[in-house]
Amino acid sequence: MSYCRQEGKDKIIFVTKEDHETPSSAELVADDPDDPYEEQGLILPNGDINWNCPCLGGMASGPCGEQFKSAFSCFHYSTEEIKGSDCVDQFRAMQECMQKYPDLYPQEDENEEKEKSSKDLEDTPVEASVAKEEKGSS
Amino acid sequence: MLCCRLAALGARRRLRPLGPAAVLQCHHLRYPSRSLMSSGVPGKAGSNLLFYLIVGGTVTGAGAYVYKTLRENKERFTSRVTTITARSQENASSPSGAASRGSAAPEAHPEVPSHVPFLLIGGGTAAFAAARSIRARDPGARVLIVSEDPALPYMRPPLSKELWFSDDPNVTETLRFKQWNGKERSIYFQPPSFYVPARDLPFVENGGVAVLCGKKVVHMDVRGNMVKLSDGTQISYDKCLIATGGSPRNLPAIERAGKDVQQRLTLFRKVEDFKSLEKISRQVKSITVIGGGFLGSELACALGRRARTRGLEVIQLFPENGNMGKVLPEYLSNWTTEKVRREGVNVMPNAVVKSVSVSGNRLMIKLKDGRKVETDHIVAAVGLEPNVELAKSAGLEVDSDFGGFRVNAELQARSNIWVAGDAACFYDIKLGRRRVEHHDHAVVSGRLAGENMTGAAKPYWHQSMFWSDLGPDVGYEAIGLVDSTLPTVGVFAKATAKDTPKSATEQSGTGIRSESETEAEASEVPTSPSASPMPHVPKQGEDYGKGVVFYLRDKVVVGIVLWNIFNRMPIARKIIKDGEEHADLNEVAKLFNIHED
Repeated sequence: MSYCRQEGKDKIIFVTKEDHETPSSAELVADDPDDPYEEQGLILPNGDINWNCPCLGGMASGPCGEQFKSAFSCFHYSTEEIKGSDCVDQFRAMQECMQKYPDLYPQEDENEEKEKSSKDLEDTPVEASVAKEEKGSS
Repeated sequence: MLCCRLAALGARRRLRPLGPAAVLQCHHLRYPSRSLMSSGVPGKAGSNLLFYLIVGGTVTGAGAYVYKTLRENKERFTSRVTTITARSQENASSPSGAASRGSAAPEAHPEVPSHVPFLLIGGGTAAFAAARSIRARDPGARVLIVSEDPALPYMRPPLSKELWFSDDPNVTETLRFKQWNGKERSIYFQPPSFYVPARDLPFVENGGVAVLCGKKVVHMDVRGNMVKLSDGTQISYDKCLIATGGSPRNLPAIERAGKDVQQRLTLFRKVEDFKSLEKISRQVKSITVIGGGFLGSELACALGRRARTRGLEVIQLFPENGNMGKVLPEYLSNWTTEKVRREGVNVMPNAVVKSVSVSGNRLMIKLKDGRKVETDHIVAAVGLEPNVELAKSAGLEVDSDFGGFRVNAELQARSNIWVAGDAACFYDIKLGRRRVEHHDHAVVSGRLAGENMTGAAKPYWHQSMFWSDLGPDVGYEAIGLVDSTLPTVGVFAKATAKDTPKSATEQSGTGIRSESETEAEASEVPTSPSASPMPHVPKQGEDYGKGVVFYLRDKVVVGIVLWNIFNRMPIARKIIKDGEEHADLNEVAKLFNIHED
């Protein structure tokens, strides 16, 4: 049984687990997936890549941003059976660029980057993505 | 400068020959008039002719002399000029030769570009987020950040939390901390290699972000799309972002107090403040934190942790009734204050500082109610004053209610000028005009400003959040208008023996949280006996372990605090976005699954 208390303008309710077992009757407004104001995930409603997605961290905006964009775009629009197999040149250019900035793109993460490109990323909150993008130096 | 000197030389030389010649000429001028006057009397023609011959000859002779002198002088002047110019060229080429040894081109690029497409004034979180957003959306964009801070852009939250909990004795040098997922990172958003040198910015192939550190913009010419730095440099821009943040406020009582007191005072905001306070905390016996808000409470807890191991006395004074008194409802603020006391802090609420003086080698703080506090060092965390000095020269509006530059819902002040971060007083379509001083807001507004600077024309819509950790028992995330003057409804899980804050921390996915040694603390947390399923009446001192607090304005939820529950921010954001009136907030609370981890 939930217990309720009022302290001036503040109401306090204590609830047990059983109290909250029944589904909520609160109604939420349906979201419009095409709302232009909303923060978009990695893929925009029109199919384009959202380069400003927090999930990408600084990949599209750093010194190798252009190479990353061309490699990832190529992969995204690739219709080959093995997706991205026609994008080897772009990925190589990206890798060469990244090797020039070892403290920005630690070499151990090369494989991680390739894996990242090969699956759609969920939109994660900024703090977590900021944490993800900057790896430790060890 | 050389030209002026030469012109002066030449002028002097030109003047000198005129001197004696002018006198000669004057004499001659005078003579004819006198002779004309005196020769009114018709005299002998012969003597007159002789006279005229002598006069004529003298005049001609003088004229010839003058002409010769002038010509000689001119020649001398020309030769001297040539010598001097040749010598100065030698001098000029040797230092510039030394300077340009690095660059191959005979004309070195100027240190600061005279024009940049994107100029960001301020080098903090909002500016960095904007730079990243611009670069993501505009391929090859050239972005210049001008920062008064000598450091590259960094994040502030760890300065009052994670950095204090680090085990690394060199943390003040490395400035690295451990995140919730165990991985380490630096407070700097990016290492120096990310940035392009400012002099190369206009020329580097794919553009980039350059940072001018330790430079302040002192004047803004909106009509001419140009700014002036403190050293006189002028930079023109196409689009400009003002992200100047704020400066810590000081107490009038301390400002009046004099230099002896000021030397024992820290106004905490920047990296160097962290470094200096960390050092001081190892040297003194007692530190007093004035201020009971986020920064004051976090610093008091961080210092209180050290108090236990180092015998440091930590006192916290503030005018409110409890910690976070302006943010949390009274019952929660009181509960929080108790927790802060458990962190080793001597919390003194309802304390208003009347005066501060030096006595012996210590500080004496006198409160308005007569109490006295003796301490060695003061940390003032009494608010932030937005940096709006540029408003005057730029002709931009400053908001009188909230402070800061007044901007519209798209963060725009004028056609090519946006403002983001702590300094922006903006229109929030859902919650009304406001100014927010939190880290995530700086990121969200900086990113939005960057989008709008590259043509997006989007309003502030994605609601930013904030969080705070005050020791192992109190960690919360919040969103929207979290103002303790609003009526609130709090729904809390009745605590069972199973609930520990440590499990909540490990589950956290939406924030940088400190790793807390909660095992020792958890046993001290009072848990209500719940062996039987029968409900019992909660008594005073009930443990508010986990729950959600709704802040209402006209029956609509405008703010939510997630109390010791994590990973639920998206649903909180959704409820605020909907802006609906809910009849029973307990039903809304069900959406948060507060009993689960």
